[in-house]
Amino acid sequence: MSRHWISALPVSLLGLGLLAGCAPDGGGVQSTKMAAIQGRGKLICGVEGKLPGFSFVLPSGQYSGLDVDVCKAVAAAVLGDPSKVEYRDLNSSERFAALASGEVDLLSRNTTMTLSRDAAGGNGLSFAPTTFYDGQGVLVPVASGITDLKGLAGKPICVESGTTTELNLADRMREQNIPYTPLKFQTSDQTFAAYLGGRCVAVTSDRSQLAGKRTSFPKPDEHTLLPDVMSKEPLTPATTNADPAWADAVRWIVNGLFQAEESGITQANIDAKVAEAKASANQADLRRFLGVEGDFGKQLGLPADFVVKAVKAAGNYGEIFDRNVGPKSALKLDRGLNRQWKDGGLIYSPPFR
Amino acid sequence: MQSLIRRLRSELFATPADAVISIALFTILAAAAAGFLHWALRQAEWAVVQVNSTLFAVGRYPIEQQWRLWLLTTLLAAATGATWGMLRAHPRRDRSGQLWPRNDRLAVAVLIAASLWVPFALGLTPAIQLRWWLLTALLVAARWLAGRFGAGLPPALKRLLPIVWPVLYLVGMVLIGGGIGLARVAPAEWGGLLLTLLASSFAILLCLPIGVLLALGRRSDLPLLRWGSVLYIEFIRGAPLITLLFLGQNILGFLLPGGLAPDRVWRAAWVLTFFAAAYLAEAVRSGLAAVPRGQLEAARSLGLSSAQALRLVVLPQALRVALPAMVGQFISLLQDTTLLSLIGLLDLLGVARSVMANPAFLGKNAEVYLTLAILFWCCCAALGLGSRALERRLDPHAVPSRV
Repeated sequence: MSRHWISALPVSLLGLGLLAGCAPDGGGVQSTKMAAIQGRGKLICGVEGKLPGFSFVLPSGQYSGLDVDVCKAVAAAVLGDPSKVEYRDLNSSERFAALASGEVDLLSRNTTMTLSRDAAGGNGLSFAPTTFYDGQGVLVPVASGITDLKGLAGKPICVESGTTTELNLADRMREQNIPYTPLKFQTSDQTFAAYLGGRCVAVTSDRSQLAGKRTSFPKPDEHTLLPDVMSKEPLTPATTNADPAWADAVRWIVNGLFQAEESGITQANIDAKVAEAKASANQADLRRFLGVEGDFGKQLGLPADFVVKAVKAAGNYGEIFDRNVGPKSALKLDRGLNRQWKDGGLIYSPPFR
Repeated sequence: MQSLIRRLRSELFATPADAVISIALFTILAAAAAGFLHWALRQAEWAVVQVNSTLFAVGRYPIEQQWRLWLLTTLLAAATGATWGMLRAHPRRDRSGQLWPRNDRLAVAVLIAASLWVPFALGLTPAIQLRWWLLTALLVAARWLAGRFGAGLPPALKRLLPIVWPVLYLVGMVLIGGGIGLARVAPAEWGGLLLTLLASSFAILLCLPIGVLLALGRRSDLPLLRWGSVLYIEFIRGAPLITLLFLGQNILGFLLPGGLAPDRVWRAAWVLTFFAAAYLAEAVRSGLAAVPRGQLEAARSLGLSSAQALRLVVLPQALRVALPAMVGQFISLLQDTTLLSLIGLLDLLGVARSVMANPAFLGKNAEVYLTLAILFWCCCAALGLGSRALERRLDPHAVPSRV
């Protein structure tokens, strides 16, 4: 606890100074965390490390995945170099302690945003915008002809025991009065082996997990995800409450990735877009977004062109999604809830104004 | 041939019931073996191991610095060959005095076969295959040279030999981690077999002195020392290793300010060391208990001080008795390093789990785990063989063996 207090101290002192009459000169509040990262020259990013599509190590030794790309974007925005990241594999039990003790600067580790994790009286995290809306789904063989939860009535369903997955399944089926037989297994491997062995007509887990597992099936095309989503799992990068300025910076870097997709800015055309913004004085939105005019970067304690650096490093959100978990990856996940708001999804950046 | 058939008959086909059981068991074993071979040769896709072989070997160690590891491997090969040859050149009475006993010839044959086949099977580039062949050639050549000319070395040089290994260990640490003019490679980038061997060798080397001190402390007449040792040993033995590892990873960050806490790899290595020391202390204590009291009394009556008596008379005998238990401890320590993967380090198991999460290799668990099992078996077998050779060499009552 004392470390929260210590790291919050300079920020609050600065706040007091501002209150006492030093007129804010348009500059942002300097984050101690950001100063530490810049001093160190390296962002320490907590990842899962063993999650298909989200974070894993390539044969070349490089980290890769959707969570990893968020780390890269933040490093590029803060330090100007996406390779200046030290990745820490964290398991679910130590991730919050590692963040609270300051061992990692940023947690980009498929963490579900919940009230108790956000609240100051709980884990005291500060969540960035959600980068992947996951949810519990159901996988069935195409040949079974099942198209919704009702079709599972009276059928055996494979599920890992002792997980929230098992509880969610029970809740949703009870709500809709669908009788079913849960077949419970200790590990994920056993659960899927039983499903493939034909012991149940369906298997349930998080949709991203199901999609990952499906690619390892002998015949992936013979299995399909039901459209029903049984729980909300907003997977979200997080920092702590101890340094609001740092949390703001991360939040707006992620928003920048969202906005870039909405504005049609990609890794490929970013240089052209910057040139266009510089050339055309009437494109006020674009000029502000790319840091050609205005002081958004300064307000956040970031370089003026932090969005340009982030998008150059990782691409816009759509590119990150497609490359790691979408059509260009082995997982082939549908965008679903992760579409832009204009396309009926939940990806929505507040205005850069 | 005749005796073989006779033995088979008496051991497996003595009675009709025996014969039935034998045939049934052989059928099951043969079916299992055939099933395994069919899987390994036909169904398994070994690309996951071939493509990721560097990851399994050294984890995320930067490619441009990997020459340091090659240099270290070269030094290790030369030192291993030379040590092996020197031991054979100085046969004690437990040896037949042969330079090339049958087991040694067998070991060299296995080594050469492995160095020819493994790099080829892994699909390494010809240049790297060649490196492994040269390394093996170096080891065998050093073995031959040291065996041939080792006995003729001047005594002053021979006395320097035992410190070759500690020096090599320190040199290895510098080569791996950097310093003294070499670029630093952060422990976070060590991984795979390199991290597994480093963490376990570090813990094995350091837990030995700590364990001996704890064992002596537990048998001490000073109450504070005795109770301190008892408390430490019982506390460590009362807690599962994984909880201690978590404690080391999570608590230190809160206790020490960011920069002061040792790197998490070192934290884990120290936790392993302190954990193993407690168990080792009990093994050493059993060895101490096995040394008759008369030995100490005789040593003291010869005018040796307590420390001298302990160092020259009691401990050598105690450690010899405790050796099998200690080596058992070392082997389990080597396997305990797999727990590092649970605290997010990329040891062999951690790397393997990350590789299995690569969408390109999803579902290749069996291939990866089998590779891991073989690697661990090789390491543990080497420890076991080494310890048995050491036991034979240290055993004063051993009849000269003919191997």
